[in-house]
Amino acid sequence: MTETAETTETAETDTPVLEARGLVKHFPVRRGWALRGAHVHAVEDVDIALRSGRVTAVVGESGSGKSTLARLLARRTALTGGRLLWNGGEPPSGSRAYASEVQLVLQDPFASLNPVHGLRYILGRALKLHGVPEGQTLDEAIKALLERVSLTPSDQFIEKMPHELSGGQRQRVNIARALAVRPKVLLADEPVSMLDVSIRLGVLNLLADLRDRERLAILYVTHDLASARYLADTITVMYAGRVVESGPAVEVADSPQHPYTQLLLSAVPDPDRDEAPRLTGAGAPPSLIHPPAGCRFHPRCPFAMDKCRVETPPALPVGSPGHTSACWLHESGANTQASPAAGTAGAA
Amino acid sequence: MNAPVLEISDLSVDYGFGPDAVHAVADATLTLRSGEVLGLAGESGSGKSTLAYAVTRLLREPGVITGGSAVFHGDDGPRDLFEMDGEEIRALRWSQISVVFQSAMNSLNPVFTVGNQLTDVLRAHRRGMSRSERRARAAELLDMVGITEDRLRSFPHELSGGMRQRVMIAMALALEPRVLVMDEPTTALDVVTQREILQELGGLRERLGFAVLFITHDLSLLVELADSIAVMYAGRIVEHAPAEALFRTPRHPYTEGLLNSFPALHGERVVMTGIPGSPPDLRGLPAGCSFNPRCAHAVDACKETAPRLLPISWEPAEPRRAACLLQTDGFQAPASLTRTGLRAEEIGSTR
Amino acid sequence: MRILRNRKTLVGLILLAVFVFVGVFGPTLAPYPPLELVGKPWESPSSAHWFGTTQEGYDVWSQFLNGARSILIVSFLSGVIATALSVIIGVAAGYFGGLADNFLSMLANIFLVLPALPFLIVINSYLPAGNKASTALMAAIISVTGWAWGARVLRSQTLSLRKRDFVDASGIIGERAWRIILFEIVPNLVPVIAASFLFTTLYAMGTYVALTFVGAVDVNSPWSWGSMLFWSQSDQAAESGGWVWFAAPGIAVALLGTALALLNFGIDEFINPRLRAAGLTRKGLRQAGLGRRSTLGLTPVVRRTAAAAAAPADPTVIVEETV
Repeated sequence: MTETAETTETAETDTPVLEARGLVKHFPVRRGWALRGAHVHAVEDVDIALRSGRVTAVVGESGSGKSTLARLLARRTALTGGRLLWNGGEPPSGSRAYASEVQLVLQDPFASLNPVHGLRYILGRALKLHGVPEGQTLDEAIKALLERVSLTPSDQFIEKMPHELSGGQRQRVNIARALAVRPKVLLADEPVSMLDVSIRLGVLNLLADLRDRERLAILYVTHDLASARYLADTITVMYAGRVVESGPAVEVADSPQHPYTQLLLSAVPDPDRDEAPRLTGAGAPPSLIHPPAGCRFHPRCPFAMDKCRVETPPALPVGSPGHTSACWLHESGANTQASPAAGTAGAA
Repeated sequence: MNAPVLEISDLSVDYGFGPDAVHAVADATLTLRSGEVLGLAGESGSGKSTLAYAVTRLLREPGVITGGSAVFHGDDGPRDLFEMDGEEIRALRWSQISVVFQSAMNSLNPVFTVGNQLTDVLRAHRRGMSRSERRARAAELLDMVGITEDRLRSFPHELSGGMRQRVMIAMALALEPRVLVMDEPTTALDVVTQREILQELGGLRERLGFAVLFITHDLSLLVELADSIAVMYAGRIVEHAPAEALFRTPRHPYTEGLLNSFPALHGERVVMTGIPGSPPDLRGLPAGCSFNPRCAHAVDACKETAPRLLPISWEPAEPRRAACLLQTDGFQAPASLTRTGLRAEEIGSTR
Repeated sequence: MRILRNRKTLVGLILLAVFVFVGVFGPTLAPYPPLELVGKPWESPSSAHWFGTTQEGYDVWSQFLNGARSILIVSFLSGVIATALSVIIGVAAGYFGGLADNFLSMLANIFLVLPALPFLIVINSYLPAGNKASTALMAAIISVTGWAWGARVLRSQTLSLRKRDFVDASGIIGERAWRIILFEIVPNLVPVIAASFLFTTLYAMGTYVALTFVGAVDVNSPWSWGSMLFWSQSDQAAESGGWVWFAAPGIAVALLGTALALLNFGIDEFINPRLRAAGLTRKGLRQAGLGRRSTLGLTPVVRRTAAAAAAPADPTVIVEETV
């Protein structure tokens, strides 16, 4: 699983299977008389590209807009602005056609399966809606799916009901259901957050397997930076609806450039740390109804300058190609910012 | 070592009664020492929350305590919490042992102000205080957790998640208890707020000197936070050791597997597998050691005998215990479970 | 089935079975037709007339046996129609939301607020005499006032189900709305629908008996316990000593209502697992000798030791002999 130089190079020149440019999503506020007409600026001007055979992780806290982004990419939520590109061109029109190319796996394994239906019905419906593969009966196709997600022996699992399965097994069924339509893109919204710790890696390894063997383009939404570093090829960090940093996974995690990413790293539990962590920034994420002007992180940023309060920084290149950070500190092709936390974290 | 403040011995807790009863906790023995942080780690079904609620007699129907004792060393000497009646427990609870609940953010009454709820605690336990004294104390408590006094008039929904949690901690410390039981207090908060609150908690511990029983599934957090850690699996304590020792040199296969479930933030990326299978259903536990079906090092004896929590046979002087047959006389533990005295640089990230 | 283990459900089912038996076989088992002169007026219960006779000399026992059938038919038929209406209207309102929801909810609220009995009396008064005797028509009319409450319950259940991830997931793989409603949502509503059906049937029964008692429907055909209540009241049975004439149907109606209510409780406990668990443990604790409920904030401690040492006065600590 160690990243090789060749893979990185060729991947950069691929046309992304699914690309988002300038995505915007504003939700109207329904509650409260005083907030009439106001909007929650959940996603603002987000660019992201998903390529075959690569996992892109979107890391952020709750309220960062990462789940909304996944739903926008799945076209389960209407865009307020921006556009989606499919292989560089127009995406398939019609919800059924789009659904057969882009699938979304949800977070809660206990709520995503209808308790009254067995696995045969749940997986069978997905196959019937999008076509059983040539030369296979429905049962054979279902068992093939179960084997792809390592739920074996498949002739036992096909008869089971959801309540007979553990959390990890249920999540595998969810992934199998998404795979039944034979998509090119798999969007996973916090797929392991609600699973027991010891079985998370099993599901993450399954995603890695799907990336490597079947060359799926995978979006992995999470709040856990460590698992993003483990699984992903690219990490995109979101804060208050905007992308603040994006780049190769190990580089973003080991030498973060954006002050928010640095703050995240200083706060994350890290048993290998030698000294006690020093938080680089205080406060809480801002209101998305009245977000701060300019850079949304400036109220908490220890490096905030006057420019930050006024103008929103674009994604500026830092470090290796493909690594960007939306921070005015990197203006004029500047110097890679050494993070205060990276010094104590001790890269091996 | 500090004097013990809470000694739990052979605690057993069931849900339900009769032959269908589920054994949520079995024969748990733990000691919490004054001023220390004892971490209780485990996954779903491990019994960690059940243990904490049972000790404070807050376990709801159909939970029943079926054995053991919990001796609390309070102001009037050592007393068994399971031998007390309602009045005595109520007097003890909150003034000497208090609890910060798992869904603490939903534990605040939405129709009362924060100040009202703080003074409520004082009104219930400190009859002698006057109204202005109570208000002053409430303001002092908020200040202690880093919230400004004007928030006394706020309602819970006007506060952020992190602030509500701080209010819960302030309420728990209102009467300066000796023991604070915290059940997943930061799980629902974002990572930065979690860090801030834990740092404040450290400061408060230094000031007030209370001991903490910290329950969580996040073992990596406990390694940083706790002085000693007890790992639970299927209702039993499987390992208990000082935090650093548990992290660097685990003695139980489950601890080893659990540590191998947290991807590192540094070093080369290698494939990690966690633990195969899933936590067992408490209604149908495997025979012998409950962990044996998932254990990479299991031998035949593991399917027959349930191991007891004992000191390690080949390093009996170490202040640690593990419930694994391989660590007892007559067995040879595998290399990964017999490492000793290695420092961080030597182990690196090849775990 | 596990639901039958519940004592309340069992009692309710048995009672209901008894009444269904009476409804099916009653008229055949009755010695006389309900309105045939067979004895002297106001006879007391005797071996010839188990329940005595009415003011006109009719056999009360025969009247009683004949009285169950139409009540059962009207109640259950009305229950079925009203429940069907409430499912269609409630689930549609909950799933589609928006304008449809606003309109259907308004409709339901109107019918909820409408005073049912006066409304039905007025409707019945417009019916031509012949139709007042039709059970099917009666059932249909009563169900008009009986569907609204169930519709509201189903609407709110559907609203919460609609947000559940598995409904979302069905939409994600491309299921159509009607299939989602029929195959994903409604199967999860079955216990609620069953409870709503029983509740509505109970309501329909009470309404039908009331309508008959008041004379808004044809009192003699079909014959029902309500008819007995009507006639016994108008012939002043209480003052004349013929108390069985109104007591028997009255108690029967009450018992039938109880049977339906017990079945309803049983389903409620089945739907709500926490009610179920509590019920089971209370029985267990009782068997262990713990007489009263456990108090919140005081987890009970039960020990098994060789000698009973502690004072049994404290109900939260029990010490037992080793088994």
